Amino acid sequence: MRRDETLAAYLQRRGISRRGFLKFCAATASLMALPPGMAPTIAEALGKAKRPSVIWLSFQECTGCTESLTRSHNPTLESLILDAISLDYHHTLQAAAGSAAEEAREHAMEQFKDQYLLIVDGSIPVKHNGVYSTIAGMTNLQMLEETARHAAAIVAVGTCAAYGGIPHANPNPTGAVPVTEIIKDKPIINVPGCPPIPVVITGVLAHYLTFGTIPELDDLHRPLAFYGDTIHDRCYRRTFYDQGKFAKTFDDEGARNGWCLYELGCKGPTTHNACATTKWNNSTSFPIESGHGCLGCSEPDFWDAGSFYKPLSTSTTDLSDWAVGAVVAGAAAGVAAGLYHKVKKSSAVSRHHAVTVDELEDKP
Amino acid sequence: MSAIELLNWARGPALQVAVAIFIIGMIIRVLEVWLLGRKKDLSEARGNATAAGWRTILTRSVPPPGMWSHLIVGYVFHIGFLIALLFFVPHILFFKDIFGIRWPGLPNGLIDAVTIITLAAMAYTLFIRISDPVRRMLSTFDDYFAWLVTFLPLLTGYLAFHRHAGDYTMMLAMHIMSVNLLLVAFPFTKLTHAVTLFLARWYNGAIAGRKGVRV
Repeated sequence: MRRDETLAAYLQRRGISRRGFLKFCAATASLMALPPGMAPTIAEALGKAKRPSVIWLSFQECTGCTESLTRSHNPTLESLILDAISLDYHHTLQAAAGSAAEEAREHAMEQFKDQYLLIVDGSIPVKHNGVYSTIAGMTNLQMLEETARHAAAIVAVGTCAAYGGIPHANPNPTGAVPVTEIIKDKPIINVPGCPPIPVVITGVLAHYLTFGTIPELDDLHRPLAFYGDTIHDRCYRRTFYDQGKFAKTFDDEGARNGWCLYELGCKGPTTHNACATTKWNNSTSFPIESGHGCLGCSEPDFWDAGSFYKPLSTSTTDLSDWAVGAVVAGAAAGVAAGLYHKVKKSSAVSRHHAVTVDELEDKP
Repeated sequence: MSAIELLNWARGPALQVAVAIFIIGMIIRVLEVWLLGRKKDLSEARGNATAAGWRTILTRSVPPPGMWSHLIVGYVFHIGFLIALLFFVPHILFFKDIFGIRWPGLPNGLIDAVTIITLAAMAYTLFIRISDPVRRMLSTFDDYFAWLVTFLPLLTGYLAFHRHAGDYTMMLAMHIMSVNLLLVAFPFTKLTHAVTLFLARWYNGAIAGRKGVRV
C-alpha cells in the first residue's frame, strides 16, 4: 500500500469487497459497543484513512504479542488493517537492520511529528539506568522517552507494556515498569493480555482511525468496550457457577460435563477481557472453552497472584505452613507470658506481709 | 493501587499477617489464662468439679427463662454467621487450602437467605444496644467496634456475591480486607470470647460443682 493510498482503495486492490469491508466495520462497531448506526461512519472514516505512521517499539517482551497479531489467522481484514497502517519501525517485521532500522524510526518521527501512533510491547527496565535491555546502544528507557515525545498517542500492547507483566514479576531483577510509569503527558491506551486478543488491537486502531480520539478507558487505561466486563460475566459456563456445579479435577465427571472451573483456580471473576465474547483463533474457542481456567493474564501482577490452580477464595501464599509457624510462635510466646505472670504472682506473694491491728491504727 | 492489586495484597501478605496475629494472639490469650491456674482448693470436695465444669459449658448455652426474646437474636446471628462462614463453597475451599480437608457445602441460595437473616439479626442487636438506656450506658467503644468488624465481612461478602456496589474485584478485596480486620481485632477485643467462653464456663461450673452446688 502506498502512503497516499486510502484504506478503501488498498483493500479493493487486495481483493476485499466493499461488502466484506462493511461487514468488518459493522463487527467492529458492535465489538466496541457502538450503536449499529456507527458502522457506516467507521466505514467512511476508515475508507478515507491514509496510512497513519506507526512506530512499534519492542522492549522486554517475548514477541508473543506480535505473533498473536500477525499469525492469528490467514489473511483477514484484521491483518489487512494492520497492513494498512504504515508500520515504519518494528524489529520483528521490518526488513531493515542495524543503523538503517534506526534511521527509519528517526525519519518517521521527524516526518510525522506529533501525528504518529506509538505502539509499545514489552516492559521497560529502569534499574541501573536501564542497562538490562538496549537497542542500537540506547536503553529502552531512552528510546521510549525520545519516541514518545512527539507521538500523538501511545498504545501499550500486551500485559508487559501495560502493567510490567512477567519481567515485572517478583523479584523483578531488571526493575521493569509499564509505559504508564514513565510517560505521563500522553494519552495511553492499555491493551493488556498475554497476549492480547488480535481483534482488540485492531479494534483500538480502528477507533483511533475513525474518530481520531482514544476510546473510553477504565481506571487502568483499558478500552471499556473490550475490558468493561469480566470473563466470568460473559462465560458460557456461568450458569454452572450459579448452580454450584464445579469440576473438581481436570478429568472428572464435572470437567467432562463442562461445569464451572472455579474450584480449579479459574480467575474469570476478577479478569476483565473480551475472550469470552470475541474468542480466539477466528472465534473458535477460548481457554475456558477448551477446559482450562482463566489465568487472569490481562490483569496487573497476574504472575504474582498465587497458583493458577488455586481458587480465587484462597490465599495467594501457602497459609498452612505459615499457620503452623504461627502456632509454634504463639505457643512459645504464650508459655513465656504465662511464666512471666507466674513469676510476677509469686514475687507479689513473697512481698506480701500481714498487716497488724497496730499498723492499721497508726495510719491517719 | 488498582482493585486487583488490592485483592492480591489482601489475599497474600495482608492475609498472612492477619492470620499470624490471630493465631499467635489467641494462643497467648488462652495460655495466659490457663497457665496462671487457680489457687489450690484445700477443702474437701463435696461434688465432682470436672463433670460440673463440662456440664456448665453446655447448660450456659440454654437461655434462662424470660430472656428468650433477646437471646434468640443472639442465637440467630451466631449460628447464621457460622453457617455462612463454614458452608459457603468458596469458604470451604479456603479452609481446604489450609487444612487439606473439605466438607459438603450448602446451596448458594440458602447461604444467601441465611446471610440476610444474620445481617438483620445483627442490625437488631445494634438497635437494642442503642435504644435500651441501660445497655447504651454499659456499652463502650470496644462493643461497637466488635460489632462493626463482625458485621463488615457479612455485608461485604453479600455485596460481592451479588455484584452490587460496583466492581466485583474491589468488593472481593474489601471482603477479604474486612476478614483481615476481624482476624487482627479478634485477640484484642471481646471477640476472644469465641474461645475463652469455654474456659470461663468450665471454671464457673467446676468451682460450683466442687462445693456441691447443682449446676
